[in-house]
Amino acid sequence: MARGQTLFLHGPSGSGKSTLLGLLAGVLAPSSGDVHILDASFGSMSAAVRDRFRANHLGYIFQQFNLLPFLTPVENVLLGCAWSAERSKRAGGTHARMVEEAQRLLAALGLGAHIWSRAKTGELSVGQQQRVAAARALMGGPELLLADEPTSALDASSRDAFLKLLLDECGLHGTSVVFVSHDMALARHFDRSVALASVPQES
Amino acid sequence: MRLLSLTLKSMRQRKAGVALTIFTVALSVFLLLGVERVRTDARQGFASTVSGTDLLVGARSGPVTLLLYAIFHVGEATNNITWKSYQDIRSMPEVAWTVPLSLGDSHRGFRVTGTTSDFFVHYHYGRGNPLAFARGRPFSDLYDAVIGSEVARQLHYKVGDRIVLSHGLGGANLASHADKPFRISGVLSPTGTPVDASIAVSLEAIEAIHVDWHSGIRLPGMEASADQARHMDLTPKAITATLVGLHSRLSAFAVQSAINDYPEEPLLAVLPGVALGELWHLVGTAESALRVVSAMVLLVGMSGMLTALLGMLGERRREMAVLRAVGASTKAVFALLVMESTLLTVAGMAAGVLLLDAITAIAHNYLLATLGLVIDQSPAPGEWPLLVLVLALGSLAGCIPGWIAYRRSLADGLQVRL
Repeated sequence: MARGQTLFLHGPSGSGKSTLLGLLAGVLAPSSGDVHILDASFGSMSAAVRDRFRANHLGYIFQQFNLLPFLTPVENVLLGCAWSAERSKRAGGTHARMVEEAQRLLAALGLGAHIWSRAKTGELSVGQQQRVAAARALMGGPELLLADEPTSALDASSRDAFLKLLLDECGLHGTSVVFVSHDMALARHFDRSVALASVPQES
Repeated sequence: MRLLSLTLKSMRQRKAGVALTIFTVALSVFLLLGVERVRTDARQGFASTVSGTDLLVGARSGPVTLLLYAIFHVGEATNNITWKSYQDIRSMPEVAWTVPLSLGDSHRGFRVTGTTSDFFVHYHYGRGNPLAFARGRPFSDLYDAVIGSEVARQLHYKVGDRIVLSHGLGGANLASHADKPFRISGVLSPTGTPVDASIAVSLEAIEAIHVDWHSGIRLPGMEASADQARHMDLTPKAITATLVGLHSRLSAFAVQSAINDYPEEPLLAVLPGVALGELWHLVGTAESALRVVSAMVLLVGMSGMLTALLGMLGERRREMAVLRAVGASTKAVFALLVMESTLLTVAGMAAGVLLLDAITAIAHNYLLATLGLVIDQSPAPGEWPLLVLVLALGSLAGCIPGWIAYRRSLADGLQVRL
């Protein structure tokens, strides 16, 4: 998969989509074989080094429950580079400039200041929460974005709008995308499409 | 620092649960330390029933026997000390003061002590507390009596009331000294010692009520009225025991052996602290019982605390997956959980200690007055190891969900399972 490319990954439930994302994120270790990602090999890294690698290079969006409800939306976005000096630097370096970048990302993904400045994270709608989660995953411009069915809780129109904003923002930073979904209708937004059932060993 | 602020913000989100957990920990700590404090203070109170007295002297028997009848008013003296022996002890150069004790009479079950007004000066208890008067003053007239707080409480006596002493210490048909009634001149403050349940009169008064008695019988035809007795020679012939204070504690052993070797009469001098220690061994089962209670409280308190902490931390599994996804290491997740349980434990401990201090301060006088229990406000030395244990267990409680989260994140990847 080339840099900046977007990949759509689909397959039925239980086909190992989430496990594959776990492997790509370096949270799971393969029982055999190796994971090569961004010119690095997870097989040769310790768990701690993989954690740091993930913090520096990867963004991750969950299907649900993406945010820490006790933080504000902006604080949630800032969490995206909290464990990575590299991404903090790319997001502006100083705290003030990182906050600016977080606000810019939220706005780019369709969340105006009037929403995130007043509401608590827990009071946002699911769609708004997914936008905050996407902003967090993109904070500091990671090389690779992993998304685990982030649109499953959204209706068709907001789903397409969200996806378009997400992919536009990724294109801006040259971020590669691996997007997992069982919703084939989304495939047209992506460069490539892979069905997992027929390709059980993918890296 | 980042972890700490995350923990604090997360805890602020769960105020009710946090408050409940802190409350549970506080109650556990309160119970644990409370039992420990009561245990220590009961022992301390007992061991310092007599303090500031260097030697206790009586007729030769055993140290515990002497202590029992002279101080605790249990049992009867086997023999007396003659007035001359007492004067000899008094005039020893090392001796700073003596307080004679003459026992053998009672009033409605409470023992009467014949003594001098020095008793109120030199008898100390606890950490050197002198006797204090709740009301009234020491005896000045021959027929004045000072009663302990327990006597006043049970018999509802007050200053100015008249009481009649009985000859002997108990039993059904006590002969009474009805011809020579006493007036209550003072009521002592509670001390938690046998003094509370005793009545003090002057040595001369004891002599006066017995002037017309011989060998426990009132001599017929030789009755002396209360006023006649005032004019008679009231120098005692014998006393039961005496408290002795020395100029220097260092001479205690020398004076003790001098008294034990007194040629004219078989006497016994004991160091009150040593004899109290021996006696405590006898009644030590009570302390063992408290120890068992203490252990049970520890068990229950700790499991309550662990349950509360575990329940609290279980709520945070969702957070863990999010933090892992943004690059937090398993170590950071582990640290987060341990930090939270440690914070909760420390807050609970502080609250528990404050609660205990507040309650002991409030209940201090009540416990002293009703149970004769002196509860100290300062922490007992045994409390520190308990606090360390609580803290260690509290932090350990965070390790369990921390370890579970660690295991789970290795096994499940980033899936959020609820």
